[in-house]
Amino acid sequence: MIGTARIMGNFVAATGLGWNIRHDVDQLFALHFMINAYRAGTMVAVLAGAVGWFMVLRQQTFAGHTLALVSFPGAAGAIWLGVSATSGYFTACVAAALVIALVPRPASAQGHSEESAVIGTVQAFALACGVLFVSLYGGFLNSLTGLLFGTFLGISDRQVVTLAVVALVVLAVLGLIGRPLFFATVDGAVAQARGLPVRLLSVVFLVMLGCAAAEVSQITGALLVFALLVMPAASAQYLTARPVVSLCLTIAFAILITWLGLAIAYFSVYPVGFYVTTIGMAILVLTRVGRSATVAWQRRGGDAVIGA
Amino acid sequence: MPASGAAPAVHFQDAAVRLAHRTIWSDVTLSVEPGEFVAVLGPNGVGKSTLVKAALGLVPLSSGSAAVLGRPPGHAGRDIGYLPQRRSFDPGLRVRGIDVVRLGADGDRWGIALPGATRWSGSRRQERIRVDEVIELVGASAYARRPIGEVSGGEQQRLLIAQALVSRPQLLLLDEPLDSLDLPNQAAVAALVEQICRAEGVTVLIVAHDVNPILPYLDRVVYIARGGAVSGPVAEVITSATLTRLYDTPIEVLHTSDGRLVVVGQPEAPAHHSDRHTGVPRP
Repeated sequence: MIGTARIMGNFVAATGLGWNIRHDVDQLFALHFMINAYRAGTMVAVLAGAVGWFMVLRQQTFAGHTLALVSFPGAAGAIWLGVSATSGYFTACVAAALVIALVPRPASAQGHSEESAVIGTVQAFALACGVLFVSLYGGFLNSLTGLLFGTFLGISDRQVVTLAVVALVVLAVLGLIGRPLFFATVDGAVAQARGLPVRLLSVVFLVMLGCAAAEVSQITGALLVFALLVMPAASAQYLTARPVVSLCLTIAFAILITWLGLAIAYFSVYPVGFYVTTIGMAILVLTRVGRSATVAWQRRGGDAVIGA
Repeated sequence: MPASGAAPAVHFQDAAVRLAHRTIWSDVTLSVEPGEFVAVLGPNGVGKSTLVKAALGLVPLSSGSAAVLGRPPGHAGRDIGYLPQRRSFDPGLRVRGIDVVRLGADGDRWGIALPGATRWSGSRRQERIRVDEVIELVGASAYARRPIGEVSGGEQQRLLIAQALVSRPQLLLLDEPLDSLDLPNQAAVAALVEQICRAEGVTVLIVAHDVNPILPYLDRVVYIARGGAVSGPVAEVITSATLTRLYDTPIEVLHTSDGRLVVVGQPEAPAHHSDRHTGVPRP
């Protein structure tokens, strides 16, 4: 894998960005690994957008971050054992999701400390295991950077298929439980009184979050998953309070961030995780500033009406 | 059994609830007839909310039996509108009031909301009309399209009452709906609930620790204290003697010149600022 990266690196450095957009796009998709990166990235973006939207609404970002970090020991352990890194990502994340789901999620804010304590413990232990696996393998440092900060090189056809299957299954489940999950998120007590299985929905959602975190980690690296899990959802929720509109906007932002990030990373020598995160942050800052400006403008407009 | 022969809206027979090896209350027998406006009163911590949860089937009875709308608890689904004890929405929650109200109509339906569903489905169109109707009914039209975290406590409470009403329930279970509202809002929300009870023929069971705002509208009162419950007409239960005995602290019932009742705790009672904890009605 080091070899591939080095060869690709040399090639990437050799390609140049010009003023002819058609030519640039042709260059972008000239190589099979780049087509795979776009295929994988797009599916991951759609999944991360949809699941991330619910995660932000449910205020489970800490759980999401932990599940993402768990992907690091998962992948490192898998490489050490000689099995595919992809299976390591999913096994570790889903297992950690089930551990976090063991702690009942409190209806009120009082029980949050226990939940945070458990999630924090899982997170620290996961990172510790990751370090152990890396040193057991014998210092595979080039790959370590990829695991933590993302790489788009060398996504195999098989990996693309796996990512697609998992994404489709999770999205199908989300399509099935979407509205009850929204109900349980916004108004758990009433949802429960209506006979909805609120506890089960919470467990299912954590497993879906685990799957999403495992997928995003494979593009952005374990440390930068929030670029796709949090930033698009937070930006969209700044812009609108209409659930369907904001969910669609979230997915659109996630796709935009991924496409742009991959394209810039292709023409530069620096890691994709940096570009994806930076574009995500730029969108977040722009939407936040835009909202403040709109609110201020509306307030001034309101005052003017009162004054008139 | 009432003269009409209809089953009681809520019926408990020798019911008891034990939670974590502690008996919350026992030997509770009470009936709420259809169309009645009934308050559940009593000091805090005696299990008023538990009574509501038992009626919803969220808390199992350890003995005795219960029936809600002629069915076992937990089987009345959309026929019950439920307002849990004070939920405050996170100020940053970017979901509109109307979306929260709509969840009362379709939140328990599996799947996702498809845009444009009202165009091809008659029942979805009916639902949307009903959502607008209840928002109008509770007077929340002006702020229903704002994020619910940004509106005031009283406005949130109106939206939540609209949510409880949207599925056309036969029974409203309201757990402390007036808690943490200011005085004008307490009176307004109490009047609104009474008006709904009469206009839509809904039975209302309302839990309260402060009886004054709802006193004019009550048909009957259920009192929970010391592990049991008493129920009776307002004139029998809301008396200085009965309340003093039930709350175990001096309480006076005054008659105003226009015939209203006012419940007053003793001025020297040290419970004034902590009335929420001792359950003494606010002076």
